[in-house]
Amino acid sequence: MILTTEQVRKIAALARIKLTDDEVEKFRKELSVVLDYVSELEKVNTDGVEEISQVTGLENVLREDIARLSEFRDAIIASFPERKDDFLKIKSIL
Amino acid sequence: MELAYLEISELAEKLRKKEISSVELTKYFLERVKKYGTENELNAFLTITEKEALLQAEEADRILSKDPNASVLTGIPYAAKDLFSTKGIRTTASSKILDQFVPVFDSTVISKLNSEKSVLLGKTNLDEFAHGSSTETSAYGPSKNPWDTTRIPGGSSGGSAAAVAAGLVPFALATETGGSIRLPASLCGVCGWKPTYGRVSRYGVIAMTSSNDSPGTIARSVKDLAYTAEILSGHDAKDSTTSVKDIPNYAANLRSDLKGVKIGVPKEYFVSGMQPEVETKIHEAIEKLKELGAEIIEVSLPLTKYGSLVYAIVTPAEISSNLARFDGIRYGHRSKDAKELLDIYAKSREEGFGDEAKRRIMTGTYALSAGYYDAYYLKAQKVRRLLVNEFNDVFEKVDALVCASVPNVAQKIGTAKDNPLFGYIADQLNIPASMAGLPALSIPCGFAKTEDDTSVEMPVGLQIIGPQWGEQNIFNIGHAYQTITDWHKKYPKGFGE
Repeated sequence: MILTTEQVRKIAALARIKLTDDEVEKFRKELSVVLDYVSELEKVNTDGVEEISQVTGLENVLREDIARLSEFRDAIIASFPERKDDFLKIKSIL
Repeated sequence: MELAYLEISELAEKLRKKEISSVELTKYFLERVKKYGTENELNAFLTITEKEALLQAEEADRILSKDPNASVLTGIPYAAKDLFSTKGIRTTASSKILDQFVPVFDSTVISKLNSEKSVLLGKTNLDEFAHGSSTETSAYGPSKNPWDTTRIPGGSSGGSAAAVAAGLVPFALATETGGSIRLPASLCGVCGWKPTYGRVSRYGVIAMTSSNDSPGTIARSVKDLAYTAEILSGHDAKDSTTSVKDIPNYAANLRSDLKGVKIGVPKEYFVSGMQPEVETKIHEAIEKLKELGAEIIEVSLPLTKYGSLVYAIVTPAEISSNLARFDGIRYGHRSKDAKELLDIYAKSREEGFGDEAKRRIMTGTYALSAGYYDAYYLKAQKVRRLLVNEFNDVFEKVDALVCASVPNVAQKIGTAKDNPLFGYIADQLNIPASMAGLPALSIPCGFAKTEDDTSVEMPVGLQIIGPQWGEQNIFNIGHAYQTITDWHKKYPKGFGE
């Protein structure tokens, strides 16, 4: 499994990570090694096998949907990278 | 009085008999942390919490003076992997993106130890976001193995394992996803417990692979691990994957013989590439288990070799999702150069993440992307079910499995860093149990010469794997082994003894 530079650029864009040209080439090689490594899995016959995502067998753990005040409001606001008063500041979107 | 290499239960006894106070114990271990644990020494600690520790120790002494039934962990110093959120105390995950991050709440396991008045001395180094098996991916440089400081301590919980091995703390919190407790415990010659998935709450532990992540402990004996397991286990409303099952009195239930216990030895765990001397040590340990009365049964787990392949897909996939939250918006590092919103994400992540985190995020993004999901993630989760079934079948016949934790002893720092498959291969014997949510231990069972220098001997770890919720089985086997061997009592030279 050999990835192309275009594929790596697309993956990086989806993952929201900026890469230099050198990094694109580095990760192209390294990701190809990993994908090559996992390709052996094709050999396992999984016909009729259902996938598993919760290994201890729990399903739909529910709780009541009750609104409550966060005790952390001020501390969370204090950790914003940039703020104006109590508002989180970001770059303009439009 | 030498305290550095005493077990928790021995220190607790001294506290109860008033031979020493928690404040004295705390000062003693803080001195060791400052002398041996810092950047230019073992680089095991990223943050030292001296002020908070002394206050907590005073509190512990007040409780010990009036409550004869105080827990065995009351007043005992410990360290926590820097992946556990600690309220008001910097928590980095060994990543630049969280370099100045101070959590606003404690993780559940930290809260539990706070309630017992255990004394947190500091936060330990790890592979960045726990992505790795050597601590070399840490943004703050690798930790060093106390048995030979030119070698890796293993990872990702390498700082915690090195700190316990060098007698800087009696025990340390660590986390596992696919070997991150067992591997460093093995390479550093200490004991590590990876719980059943859902036995210990993940709340407040910075997430890696949510379907695997299991917080646990590293300590000097299996008995000590059992004590910590009693405190840390249990249901938590803040982690819906935790179990409501009863928590046995693991330590009180320990036995010193193994009569009637059936132990499986899976032949597939003696892999090609395993050091012959490591294999010899494992066979010697199995002989000891036989002496203790266990029935040893050879078993077969043919899917073992696919475990790390499943892991190499599921883990990056869940990482790519879990690490999406580190986007420079609400907390953590925000790039100074960003000119528009998309720049904040892409540049903050470029500057904040190291190579391994980027590699895993991108591998996972690819495996989950349109057109590839079925071939990678879905396929892996199907093979994962087969792995779970295979373990279930074998646990119909045996109470536990034993094998090596790691096929090779610790290698030189710098030799793992640029191999994108290093972790998957180093952890190939740990990963299958992780993918099936099983509890497991790694305990010291001897030393073997290194592959690059036959004049150097490094620790070997025996792995004991149990069925889900079978912590008692593995603690019993490990403890019985430690009643007739003294590998767990060995400690490295050069740390003040």
